[in-house]
Amino acid sequence: MKLKNMLLGTVFGAAVAFGATAAMADGHAKELTVVSWGGAYTKSQVEAYHKPFIEETGIQIKSEDYNGGIAEIKAQVEAGNVTWDIVDVELSDAVRACDEGLIEPLDPSILPAGADGTPAQEDFLEGTLHECAVANIVWSTIFSYDTTKITGDVPTTMADFFNTEKWPGKRGLRKGAKVNLEFALIADGVPAAEVYDVLATPEGVDRAFAKLDTIKDDVVWWEAGAQPPQLLADGEVLMTTAYNGRIFNAVAGEGKPFEIVWDGQVWDLDLWVIPKGAKNKEAAMEFLKFSTATEQLAAQASYISYGPARKSSAPLVGKFHNADIDMGPQMPTAPENLTNAVQNNFEFWADNADQLNERFNAWLAG
Amino acid sequence: MKLSQRIQSNGFYVFAAAVVLFALYTRSWAGTLGFAIIFGIPLFAMGELPPYATRAQKIGKYAYLTICTMIFIFLVLPILVIIPLSFNAEPYFSFTDGMLALDSAAYSLRWYADIFRFGMTAPDAIEGWWADMWANATWIRAARNSFFIAIVSTALATGFGTLAALGLSRPEMPFRTAITSLLISPMIVPLVITATGMFFFYGGTMQGIIPGYENGLANTYLGLVLAHATLGVPFVIITVTATLTGFDQSLIRASQGLGANGWTTFTKVIMPLIIPGMISGALFAFITSLDEVVAVIFLADVDQRTIPRQMFSGLREQISPTILAVATILVIMSILLLTTVELLRRRSERLRGLSPG
Amino acid sequence: MSDATLDMPVGGTAQRAGNEPLVAADGTPLKQKLAQTTRRMKLRALMLTMPLVLFVLIAFVAPIGDMLFRSLYNPTGSNVVPAFAEAIQQWDGQDLPSEETVKIFVEDLAKARRSREIGRTVGNLATRLNYELPGYRSLVTKTARRAARITEGPYKEALFAIDKRWEERIVWTTLQRITKDYTLAFYLAATDRKYDADGSIVQADELYRIYVPILWKTIWVSALITALCFIIAYPVSYLLSTLPLRISNLLMILVLLPFWTSLLVRTSAWIAMLQTEGVVNNIFVYLGIITDESRIQMIYNLQGTIIAMVHILLPFMILPLYSVMKTIPPSYMRAARSMGASGTYAFMRVYFPQTVPGIAAGTLLVFILAIGYYITPALVGGNDGLLISNLIADHIKKTLNWSLGAALGTILLVVVLVFYWLYNKLVGVDNLKFG
Repeated sequence: MKLKNMLLGTVFGAAVAFGATAAMADGHAKELTVVSWGGAYTKSQVEAYHKPFIEETGIQIKSEDYNGGIAEIKAQVEAGNVTWDIVDVELSDAVRACDEGLIEPLDPSILPAGADGTPAQEDFLEGTLHECAVANIVWSTIFSYDTTKITGDVPTTMADFFNTEKWPGKRGLRKGAKVNLEFALIADGVPAAEVYDVLATPEGVDRAFAKLDTIKDDVVWWEAGAQPPQLLADGEVLMTTAYNGRIFNAVAGEGKPFEIVWDGQVWDLDLWVIPKGAKNKEAAMEFLKFSTATEQLAAQASYISYGPARKSSAPLVGKFHNADIDMGPQMPTAPENLTNAVQNNFEFWADNADQLNERFNAWLAG
Repeated sequence: MKLSQRIQSNGFYVFAAAVVLFALYTRSWAGTLGFAIIFGIPLFAMGELPPYATRAQKIGKYAYLTICTMIFIFLVLPILVIIPLSFNAEPYFSFTDGMLALDSAAYSLRWYADIFRFGMTAPDAIEGWWADMWANATWIRAARNSFFIAIVSTALATGFGTLAALGLSRPEMPFRTAITSLLISPMIVPLVITATGMFFFYGGTMQGIIPGYENGLANTYLGLVLAHATLGVPFVIITVTATLTGFDQSLIRASQGLGANGWTTFTKVIMPLIIPGMISGALFAFITSLDEVVAVIFLADVDQRTIPRQMFSGLREQISPTILAVATILVIMSILLLTTVELLRRRSERLRGLSPG
Repeated sequence: MSDATLDMPVGGTAQRAGNEPLVAADGTPLKQKLAQTTRRMKLRALMLTMPLVLFVLIAFVAPIGDMLFRSLYNPTGSNVVPAFAEAIQQWDGQDLPSEETVKIFVEDLAKARRSREIGRTVGNLATRLNYELPGYRSLVTKTARRAARITEGPYKEALFAIDKRWEERIVWTTLQRITKDYTLAFYLAATDRKYDADGSIVQADELYRIYVPILWKTIWVSALITALCFIIAYPVSYLLSTLPLRISNLLMILVLLPFWTSLLVRTSAWIAMLQTEGVVNNIFVYLGIITDESRIQMIYNLQGTIIAMVHILLPFMILPLYSVMKTIPPSYMRAARSMGASGTYAFMRVYFPQTVPGIAAGTLLVFILAIGYYITPALVGGNDGLLISNLIADHIKKTLNWSLGAALGTILLVVVLVFYWLYNKLVGVDNLKFG
């Protein structure tokens, strides 16, 4: 019986001891937490921003991945326990988070002037500075295919992506209404400039869904940016929409035989925001200023094909870091890639995302 | 029927012929083995049929046993399949040709190494490797979180649960059904609902109530421990009450009549009887916590990620055989736990004279 | 216990003088003493359960209560535009609100625009309005940006100048509704309904109906899973109950192993089994049932969800069936046979009825567990294999419409509790056992 007493004592003793540890484990300080989209994109930021920043300031950085959206920021801010210090978000999310008071307002005058001396407000591309956010890159959603799987007659337009008769096989699409509806309309013959006008009408939405309906059974849905290159490489899909930088890096970095189709691309901004109540706000501001300087933005462009948000960075953009590839033509903003392109309309999506996603989910489940 | 007799039966000849034909047709040792297992086991399990059994009855019984064999295979095959797959040399979830040909080059331990290396700052460094692994390896951190949360919540659930079960099994217990239903309900209420409620209550409503947790219990170990303790409670209640059914209440009176005080009665009379139930209840609670992922998804931050949470995001985003390696380790652990519980149950039944052994 | 002494009746002495009943050592009548002791024992039993009951109430029941509360209570409107929230309630819903009310609205909006306090920003109001009037989010944010510049009347015209949509009566009726703290709107949304301009309840447009169909789907999928589990479990349980104990104990391990194995492990196992390059497809290709090109999509859809969930829930069916079947003496069947009943007849009339308690226990348990499943559908369900739990989680974790998530959760909870009550009635919760 002694043994059993001891056993019981040990269990409760352990509980108390662990309880105390739990309390201790719950309250210790940490380094700067930078949150971004993972994979090749985060890697480019680690190379271009994090490493030089750590070197210069000695502040350690913890890098975390997420899949976009403001859910986590909101949950942290409302719980009053903000563990993220600076987050890379899409424009429509930045606008909404700012409206809801989830992120800190940012004064653009604190940003360093361009390398050529242009003040920051003029140096940044138009629309890339927001009252709560500072853009770092221009990125795009495009579609891509494997050149070893599709030979001869290759797809060149968004309409081809939807043409499963000529190119039978699975298609990869990001799970959600955003961008897919734009693609569907472009494929259905709507000129890029009119996409949001059409989408603003109920008939336009019906038309987009009707177009998506034509390939619904062939779609493989992805959520994380790292998935599409994987899907293509595994042969799970014949063509997939993807973030252009991920495809480029699979090609340039890993020698994958993928081809990007720029027709109908939907481009957008990624911006840094600082969640309200971030524990390391000072360090986060330092990081924000550091990473959006001319040099760092240009440096990032040598690791992934996303366009820098500063005009002064453009001339500094050279070749891919470990291959002889000019980065200029790989950017979403290169003139030849912009012939039939749409800029993501953040206001449209801030207004309609809830409703259209609801319809999208009903459509998916049906 | 002796084995020799069984081998001479007609059924066996049919079976042997079928296996040979199958082997010749598919030319695959794995396929043939599977075929032989599915159709051979029922043959050996046929057992004694009365001599007057008709041919139809024999075939019927054989068919029945074949179906049962298939169901048992359905139950365990998926779990067993992941074990060889976790030794895959390729980054896939499927058997490669090399694996099927038993080529040793097609097998490797790289995914087991990956459990330790993934997330480390310098996986190839020699100096400080252990410290780095312990502090930074993603799966190791998840394992530490899992065990920490499981142990504390199990202790809580077992302590409270045993006390309550003692009360519930007393014949004079008032409102027994109502209270039992309440205490069992964490097992019945869908986890998503429990987790949603806790997300609101622990995260929002509890803000500023507990000293040291001004921001509420979301993203804290304490919150997860409370959540998991709640989920473990029903198991402790059920197993401990089960060991107490048929408990002779007069033993307590006898012990008191012989001059023992409450504490002595508890430790000398009650404890020995409920210890097996407590331990199996605790093991259930432990494994429930270790396996629980919904509450972790809703309540935990990256710092509190547990093994199943890590598996969940792994399966959602980038499927790698590391998950299978982790899964294999977990399967081995479940086998050990299962054996313990089984032994305890038998011991308890023997103690109470309920079963022959 | 000190409570017991407090409970002593005052009139004790008087009674003793009367009928001279049996008394205990301390002079209290025996009957009373017995009642006292019983009460004390009851209290002691109750005290033993109290710590856990309290714990469960705080750690489990309170959170669920919180969820119920939040499905009805959403104070966003009155938080953001408090003065307007009061003023608009005077409006009779005809034409448009008075100039005075609109003035208060513009002032509140200008004030809210400066607020960065969580839950009190213009964005919160805009989001709340957008839930009920999709597409009107920017109307609020845009107007708020300019509200500070409207310093004098006519305020209505100033709003019309900013956006034509302020002329629509439905905007104001909706604002009137959402500035009340308690609302049924989220239950309407959860049942695919909404308010129209006059405040009457109408069905949502067909293309936007999602929750009721998914709830029904969840129910029939759970029923199907329960039925499959029953069909599979019955023969196996019968076998286990008729085999000698030594062998059945051994086979029981095959049932208990999945039961003890992590849910995530079993789900990953099924991904390995069913994916297009997986074990099952490989076997089919091998046997020549299908060709390499026409591999079957068995996972990431409803089918995958059902297969994996049947496997995961099967032990919950086998165990209660087995424990009931074990108690049925084999002699009953033999007796029926010897009296001339055919095998089928004896089974249907003698054996099967005796297993009904086990069937009730197993089916109800499996159904209750299936209806709230989240992890497996989330991982292998693809698009058409999603169940109601997945939508709830989505609203909590992704779209952040917490009130709607809470309302859906409450509806699911009610469904589950009905079946739990049924289980309690038919089986009794104290009959739950493992292993």
